[in-house]
Amino acid sequence: MLQMIAQRLALGVLTLFLISVLIFGAIELLPGDIAEEILGQSATPETVEAFRRELGLDRPAHLRYLDWLGGVAQGDLGHSLANRRPIADLIAGRLANTLFLALYAAVIAVPLSLALGILAALYRNSLYDRAVNVFTLSSISFPEFFVAYILIFFLAQSGLFPSIARVTPGADLADKLHRTFLPALTLTLVVTAHMMRMTRAAIINLLASPYIEMARLKGVGPARIVLRHALPNALAPIINVIALNLAYLITGVVVVEVVFVYPGLGQLMVDSVSKRDVTVVQAAALIFACAYVLLNLVADVLSTLSNPRLVHRR
Amino acid sequence: MTTEAVAPLLVIRGLRIEGRAEESWHEIVCGVDLTLHRGEVLGLIGESGAGKSTVGLAAMGFARDGCRISGGSIEFDGIDLRAASRSVRRGLRGKRIAYVAQSAAASFNPAHRLLDQYCEAPLIHGVMGRAEAEHDAVDLYRRMQLPDPDEIGFRYPHQVSGGQLQRAMTAMAMACRPDLIVFDEPTTALDVTTQIEVLSAIRDIVDQFGTAAIYITHDLAVVAQMADRIKVLLRGEEVEEADTRTMLAAPREAYTKSLWAVRSYQRDERPPPPDAETPVVEMRGVTAGYGSLDVLHDVGFRVHRGRTVAVVGESGSGKSTAARVITGLLPPSAGEVLLDGVALPPDYRRRARTQLREIQMIYQMADTALNPKHRIREIVGRPMAFYLGLRGRALEARVRDLLALIELEPDEFIDRLPSELSGGQKQRIGIARALAAEPRLVICDEVTSALDQLVAEGILRLLDRLQTELDLAYMFITHDLATVRAIADEVVVMKEGRVVEQGPKSAMFRPPHDPYTELLLSSVPEMDPDWLDRLLSERASGVGGATDAPAARP
Repeated sequence: MLQMIAQRLALGVLTLFLISVLIFGAIELLPGDIAEEILGQSATPETVEAFRRELGLDRPAHLRYLDWLGGVAQGDLGHSLANRRPIADLIAGRLANTLFLALYAAVIAVPLSLALGILAALYRNSLYDRAVNVFTLSSISFPEFFVAYILIFFLAQSGLFPSIARVTPGADLADKLHRTFLPALTLTLVVTAHMMRMTRAAIINLLASPYIEMARLKGVGPARIVLRHALPNALAPIINVIALNLAYLITGVVVVEVVFVYPGLGQLMVDSVSKRDVTVVQAAALIFACAYVLLNLVADVLSTLSNPRLVHRR
Repeated sequence: MTTEAVAPLLVIRGLRIEGRAEESWHEIVCGVDLTLHRGEVLGLIGESGAGKSTVGLAAMGFARDGCRISGGSIEFDGIDLRAASRSVRRGLRGKRIAYVAQSAAASFNPAHRLLDQYCEAPLIHGVMGRAEAEHDAVDLYRRMQLPDPDEIGFRYPHQVSGGQLQRAMTAMAMACRPDLIVFDEPTTALDVTTQIEVLSAIRDIVDQFGTAAIYITHDLAVVAQMADRIKVLLRGEEVEEADTRTMLAAPREAYTKSLWAVRSYQRDERPPPPDAETPVVEMRGVTAGYGSLDVLHDVGFRVHRGRTVAVVGESGSGKSTAARVITGLLPPSAGEVLLDGVALPPDYRRRARTQLREIQMIYQMADTALNPKHRIREIVGRPMAFYLGLRGRALEARVRDLLALIELEPDEFIDRLPSELSGGQKQRIGIARALAAEPRLVICDEVTSALDQLVAEGILRLLDRLQTELDLAYMFITHDLATVRAIADEVVVMKEGRVVEQGPKSAMFRPPHDPYTELLLSSVPEMDPDWLDRLLSERASGVGGATDAPAARP
């Protein structure tokens, strides 16, 4: 097990490295650079050139990349090209916001989708099952911003929840939860369908197994069959889908952040791309990749632990 | 044993069960009556598809998904199971009627320890508390002669062998001391030697608690040991029912007689080949394994043309691994395989096409060995095109010849898919595909063990006829000594990857034997209802079982 974790972490580092190369290359391919972006169209070529020199942008791409990589390896994310602030400072607050929102949404969505999925498996093909399927599938089928505006229309117009999720540092938790409720609810609606349907399918898939028939022939009731006999054997696929959705909550929420004017990492990354602020984009991309790698690793470890055949050897 | 004054425990009258297939309901049990008294064991026998398990489950008021009980009455101890509410039925299951499934390995939940699964029924039915149930489990594990009864309950199913799991499952069924247990082929998946242990453990415990039982099996010799009465089913209908001894001594119906007759199929051993003849295939000092684990140790035997070598042993003895070495799927770490006296390259990828052609295989599960999307024409035609270069009309004619040879009407079968064939027909196609390459050696890997006895016999007769007509050499892998007796010329007995004994069939079935061969031989159930008692008492007294070689009797 420890060997597997170490192996996966090493592979994770390799993944991060490849991602940084890809991101760096992709931004290099974009037309224009930060000097042109900041100085605007009226700048003379000489000023642009001087500014580039100042930022070190005149050096060849691979040297800039290696410099940056060297810094990251020592824990230094470097400075933003746009405003010279240390990236670590720039990102820290945003990252905390993003993680807060992701956690908030996950705390609602994971138990909710597990419960809905288990109930749908228990009452499969019933009216309830169909209703849940229709509702979750519709909410996943609409674009996120649409779901967000619908929620704003129904829940913010009446003044129940604020439509702008502006969080001020130092606000107490209850206030923060209230202010970010709508974005969290939007994200919940977006991720629930996937997890709920996997839970339902993984459980139903097992209900034809001989050991389920055995449980029924022992006089075990339907609820206990699903919870105690099917669910433990269905955990591995469910855990993996949850991990993918959690990663999405961290990395894929930029649209929701924009709609609710929430200062998260996604927004920062999009802004930095349009400014060609390569170093910030790199740092944000690495953090996102880390989230994917770590969540998938956790999912693998948990699904291994959920299988006695892998934990208790012969 | 039973008195007329006491009401029977289970009365089934005119039971009809329908199964759903292709959007319509078909009757799979058509009006079966069944009466079972307390403490009585009823054997239900028949081929697959006869409705044995369906009837057995109906005795618990249970129908599998896709089946429904459509008519008749099921009365358990005065309770009408069809009219009873779900919760009443659920209250009976596991508590007063218990079930022992065919494959314990699949029927134990892999996520929970044996002990937790044992305690489940007593706890949900409120029969006893957790501590009491655990204590009781250890007691029953001990009575079922499970090794280490105090600790075995803390293991997960995958940590326990198949025979032990089957006993643990019987113990689990006993947990609430039910009035009736339905045993659904509990030993079919086990080796003969393990089967004996499970059979005797089941019989002891049923005797001790005076439990009534329905014992479902397709093995007549097994049912003869277990049942007081036997009921024979055929396609969902009763053929006949009688007291076990009466049924064995004088079956009334032709179908029952035909079931009995199967066991008597036997072919005489062919005369030995001349000493100078080069064997078709010879294994010499082969050691092979997976990774660092050796599964075969210094294995050697020869197969001559026109002769059948049966390789026997329990599961895990290395029989199939030997076949993998011969076919080149598993290159050995030492030793060699010779074809007509010439060493073959160890890896099949380095063998010439003519060498590959000479050795063909027939598999145990014809179901999974045939591509479900290919028609018979393609399945049988492909090796002809590949090895013999046949095309067009010549190919078609050859496929038709071959189908006729395996006794399937070419016009009727050539364009069918495997799903449109019965089990026996699929296995015939498996044979045709092997023969299509015009091989010299055919390796038959448990080719009849998934088939009913009547069908299996047809396959054995066919193989035998083909051998005579085409002068084929067979390597016949099996764990069933009845099959060995039917078709072998020579026998190779394997245990834990080593050959413990080999020689002509006549010598194998005549003492003195290697102790392991003797154990195998004496473990084959016989139709005599006293066989198990006699065997157990002989083994207990240390006589050693089969000094008079019961298996050698016709």
